[in-house]
Amino acid sequence: MSTTVPDLQAMVDRVVAQASKGEQIEAYVSRGGETAVRVYEGEVEHFVSAQSEGIGIRVIKDGRTGFAYAGTLDASAIAEVLADARDNVAFGTPDEYAGLAEPDGVPQIPQKFWDDDLAAYSTEGKIALTKELETLTLGMDSRVRVEESNYDDGWGEVAVATTTGIRESGRGNSCYVSVSTLADDGDETQTGYGFSVADSPQEFKLSKAAREAADRATRLLGAIKPPSKRTTVVLDPFVTSQFLSVLSSTLNGENVAKGRSFFADKLGEAVADPRITLVDDPTNPKAYTATDIDGEGLAARRNVLIENGVLKIFVQSSYSARRNNTKSTGNATRGGFAGTPGVGCIAMQLQPGTLSQEELIKGVDDGVWIQMVQGLHSGVNPISGDFSTGASGMLIRNGAIAEPVREFTIASTLQRMLLDIVAIGGDVDWLPSRAAGLTLVIRDVTMSGQ
Amino acid sequence: MAIREETPLVDADVIAKVLAKGRATGAEFSEIYIEDKRSTSAALDDGKVEQVTSGRDRGAGIRVVAGETTGFAHTSDLSERGLLAAAEAAAAAAKQGDGGVHTIALQQLLRHPVNNVRVNPGDVPKASKVELLNRANAAARSVDGAIVQVSAGYGDSFKRILVANSDGVFSADDQVRTLFRVSVVASGDGGMQTGYDSLGHTIGFELFDDNDVEEMALRAAKQAIVKLKARPAPSGALPVVIKQGSGGVLFHEACGHGLEADLVGKGASVYRGKMGELVASPLVTLIDDGTMSGEWGAIGIDDEGHPSQRNVLIENGILTDYMWDFLRARKENRRQSGNGRRQSYADLPMVRMTNTFVTNGTEDPDDIVRATEHGVYVAKLGGGSVDTASGDFVFGMVEAYLIENGEITEPLRESNLIGNGPQVLKDIDLLGNDFAMGNPGTCGKDGQGVPVGDGQPTLRVKSMTIGGTAA
Repeated sequence: MSTTVPDLQAMVDRVVAQASKGEQIEAYVSRGGETAVRVYEGEVEHFVSAQSEGIGIRVIKDGRTGFAYAGTLDASAIAEVLADARDNVAFGTPDEYAGLAEPDGVPQIPQKFWDDDLAAYSTEGKIALTKELETLTLGMDSRVRVEESNYDDGWGEVAVATTTGIRESGRGNSCYVSVSTLADDGDETQTGYGFSVADSPQEFKLSKAAREAADRATRLLGAIKPPSKRTTVVLDPFVTSQFLSVLSSTLNGENVAKGRSFFADKLGEAVADPRITLVDDPTNPKAYTATDIDGEGLAARRNVLIENGVLKIFVQSSYSARRNNTKSTGNATRGGFAGTPGVGCIAMQLQPGTLSQEELIKGVDDGVWIQMVQGLHSGVNPISGDFSTGASGMLIRNGAIAEPVREFTIASTLQRMLLDIVAIGGDVDWLPSRAAGLTLVIRDVTMSGQ
Repeated sequence: MAIREETPLVDADVIAKVLAKGRATGAEFSEIYIEDKRSTSAALDDGKVEQVTSGRDRGAGIRVVAGETTGFAHTSDLSERGLLAAAEAAAAAAKQGDGGVHTIALQQLLRHPVNNVRVNPGDVPKASKVELLNRANAAARSVDGAIVQVSAGYGDSFKRILVANSDGVFSADDQVRTLFRVSVVASGDGGMQTGYDSLGHTIGFELFDDNDVEEMALRAAKQAIVKLKARPAPSGALPVVIKQGSGGVLFHEACGHGLEADLVGKGASVYRGKMGELVASPLVTLIDDGTMSGEWGAIGIDDEGHPSQRNVLIENGILTDYMWDFLRARKENRRQSGNGRRQSYADLPMVRMTNTFVTNGTEDPDDIVRATEHGVYVAKLGGGSVDTASGDFVFGMVEAYLIENGEITEPLRESNLIGNGPQVLKDIDLLGNDFAMGNPGTCGKDGQGVPVGDGQPTLRVKSMTIGGTAA
């Protein structure tokens, strides 16, 4: 990422230069803006235009860490943040592994994160696009209403510097559109959604988003509550992406070191069906979360986590790596200036198979195609592995889509589901998530309904 | 965190100029929301205090409404120049218009006194906050050798807000929140299990005079230990008994969101057009009350400057009202209900719950269990979510037991429960006399999180689908 935002880079450099003897300092600043347009019934419901900025400073001394942040970049606030972070150091417990990242010589892989067309995109254009998405969606089916049609874009600039020699800054922008639908049949209403993500506004696929939003809602009209039984589930790419995101905390080196991963003692063992190869690759420009550096300023890199079903490595930040006596994998994550780096997968992807979703469904005698899951945060425990979520979708009978079903759950454990995967689709979908989607077929999952 | 300013966040004459600027393009309404928040948090994990964090968030959001269109801009620059620039941006976003001149007369509104803070957390030494973490850690680890990991968190915030609008509203509030949480991992032959407890109120550091963090830690540890012996939860429909104060989230999801006027107005709620109708068992009276002093969802004023209120939503099973913010109330030509809330100055307000609860019934809670031949007893619920249009909702059970022959027996592993809001409300067939509020919650809607409370007495739903794996 190098030093492409000189004023922010100078700002963090100035903070780091104030380090006294025996003190490690990291300064992280960000600055950004966003536009949000929402259209309802042909009118702009809201138009948001906003800018934000802030700084977070981490100070480490004698193994103790202190941190402070402020949502502003004015000079007096920055001085106060540094003073607060220093003051907070005294209350940390000494930790021999505490420390900042050090440059590791791994080269960054250049990618394009900034689009000039997007940066110059007119307000009128954004509003017209959002209205067009609403109109297209309404035109798909007479039973469909649009709850909201949205255009969102954002730009951001960040800079980080440390006393250990990290100096990075860069900028990026992105945009997406989304539409939420309602479909009515008598007293019954079902919901759907569609979206399109693009690097540049010319690349949106509005018709596809509209089609999916209409289909998702209308498909569920007349859905029944299915009987309870063990069955095979076919996860839609969007659902697979959510499944992988939940799984990511089990592959996190800090959770391993702290005894919060059931994979802790499984390196080198078969933990998934041999068809499964899972990589984390933020250097792939197709990934929504692609980046050239991680949250500590080290180069992002491609890591193979599970290869042919065998657990190969965990993802690490510099801190978790020191605790695990290994090296950072470039997987420090950061939520913004208000937090310190954690560890996590950044851009997960399952190695795709060759079959389309239609072909995969043809191969299922008796099962359910899961279009949406609900309550991943409340019914999945990545420490015990218990997995239970609400779901809706379509039954599959003799390889064909049958009637719609809703108000049921699917349940198993994360450990078993990985081993019970029986087919992987070739239909990779680069969703706005840290995990790409594709169709995944998992057997022996409990469906609970009537 | 100290309260350093005693002067208003921004002078009233500057605010009046900003509001007038907001209407300069012909909009009929302009509003400014100013926030200055200081927070302190401390986290312990793996036996070590990892970090104490000090935070400062300060800025203003300016909203301009012209017809059906809302323009919104926010800034962290609270100078007159910064605020005027934001007002101009918001006005331009709302409308290109008549260039009329507007004068704004501000009138101070009374706030509801829900924050009776005795010990401002900003005056408490950080060392005292950190000490709570160490005590919780030691207590949890003392329970059993099977406890393999403990994390604990402390957090406090002091948020000063000022809201003014072109209708003359001019309100300010100081909002204090203090929070503590413990989570525990236990390990046994069958793998790992987790336990969790939390405590949060809109009061100061006196929170810990009446509440013992060691007891919280013991509860979390015991929950994890009990679950080591848990068997898979059942799969299918069964009666469900929910313990007092642990299941308010059921109502939050089953009907709370569906009673928010913005969703109702767009026809995205299963409760639309049901005013005056029987929507729940006649046992159910549901209230949303922002005035409940000290509770996690208590607010002196909402984030549109209106005093908080106690609103009866369902009375003896009959739907009596929805919850309203300024925009939706204006559209329906009625009063707002003190439910306009936002996560921060950077967000638009919308209709949100505060403290949502079901009032007492008459049953002895033990009798409710005894009256249940075969079912599930939920001692602690986790989070949930709802599709308001269909009414389908889920919530997680983090501590639950089987009921066999009217007795609570074996612990169950975690799973979600699923139901349809209107059906579940009608299926509440027993309601206890032991009302209690539950743990502090954060409600997410449209990407914004706000603090909410919930509560209920012990109750029974005669049938819900349990999403476990056991036949």
